Amino acid sequence: MIIMKIRDIVSKLELEVIVEADLDRNISGGYVGDLLSNVMARAEEDNLWITIQGHQNVVAVALLAGVSAVVIVEGFEVEEAAVERAEEKGVNILRTPKAAYELIKKLSDIGV
Amino acid sequence: MAGGKRLYSCDLHIHSCLSPCADILMTPGNIIKKAHELKLDIISITDHNSAGNVEVACKMLGDDELIIIPGMEVESSEEIHLLCYFETLEGLQEWEAVVFEALPNRENDEEIFGYQLLIDESDEYCAREERLLAAATNMSVEDIVKKVHQLNGIVIPSHVDRPYNSIIGQLGFIPPELNISVLEISRNTLPEKFFSEYPNLKGYSYIIGSDSHYLDDMQAMIKIGADWLLKITNYLIGR
Repeated sequence: MIIMKIRDIVSKLELEVIVEADLDRNISGGYVGDLLSNVMARAEEDNLWITIQGHQNVVAVALLAGVSAVVIVEGFEVEEAAVERAEEKGVNILRTPKAAYELIKKLSDIGV
Repeated sequence: MAGGKRLYSCDLHIHSCLSPCADILMTPGNIIKKAHELKLDIISITDHNSAGNVEVACKMLGDDELIIIPGMEVESSEEIHLLCYFETLEGLQEWEAVVFEALPNRENDEEIFGYQLLIDESDEYCAREERLLAAATNMSVEDIVKKVHQLNGIVIPSHVDRPYNSIIGQLGFIPPELNISVLEISRNTLPEKFFSEYPNLKGYSYIIGSDSHYLDDMQAMIKIGADWLLKITNYLIGR
């Protein structure tokens, strides 16, 4: 089984890199969620976290859950405070204009 | 205090160092001092899901003319922030017990979320709150309004203009059967602008809160009349 890295999906799916922390992080599955309390409880280490939330609390939750990247869908805004925190703490933030459903189909196509 | 025409200068949404996102300098003593500098008449320390620094703040006041309304900012299961105000400290503390039961059993991670510091009467750090306060309770907005009303408190949805953690942001609308009549608007917008974007909300009264996390955030946010002050369980009249 090939383990995909963040770098791989960025190039294959043309994702925008908003914060580059470590694109060599491995990807192990994914979690879709906009309720932070859910994500805190359910997302797993190295998951891709897919969400529309772009505020700074997202960075805290990303760190807690140990996700490999936060992928903001539907081109939602990522707040400056979130970018700063992510840069400071080393959290990958990517973005796509696609909606979550579409993105996940594509991820599945490429073997994530 | 005079009734009727006198207006009180207020900031009813301030976080102390107990809230993990707030600056560690936001001690009750510093908040009170800043309130004096700004010539505020009334403040409320509304920490996330807790009231641990409110009693000590009230004790520090002594004979001070500054009024502290016992309050808290609770987070519903829908991740909506709601300001809760009580007439008495006891009412607030009863509510705090309910909220603590409803919080998930998760420990704070100071590196990630920040410090949650309890302060003593000499305005010194005396303990840390271990439970993570930056979390959603298992109570819905409806549950919260019902329970706070049962304890003679009032609920005002926080910063309804914000896209995050606001009743409008999370639900897209305000459930009409929800028993509230006052909204909080943040500093990020102006009331006129907000109500022109949401004309169907014009029936609500509003307050403006600073949502201070740093001493420099504090401002005289609004002026309210004595009626509301004297009857805290009634709603704001007019704008």
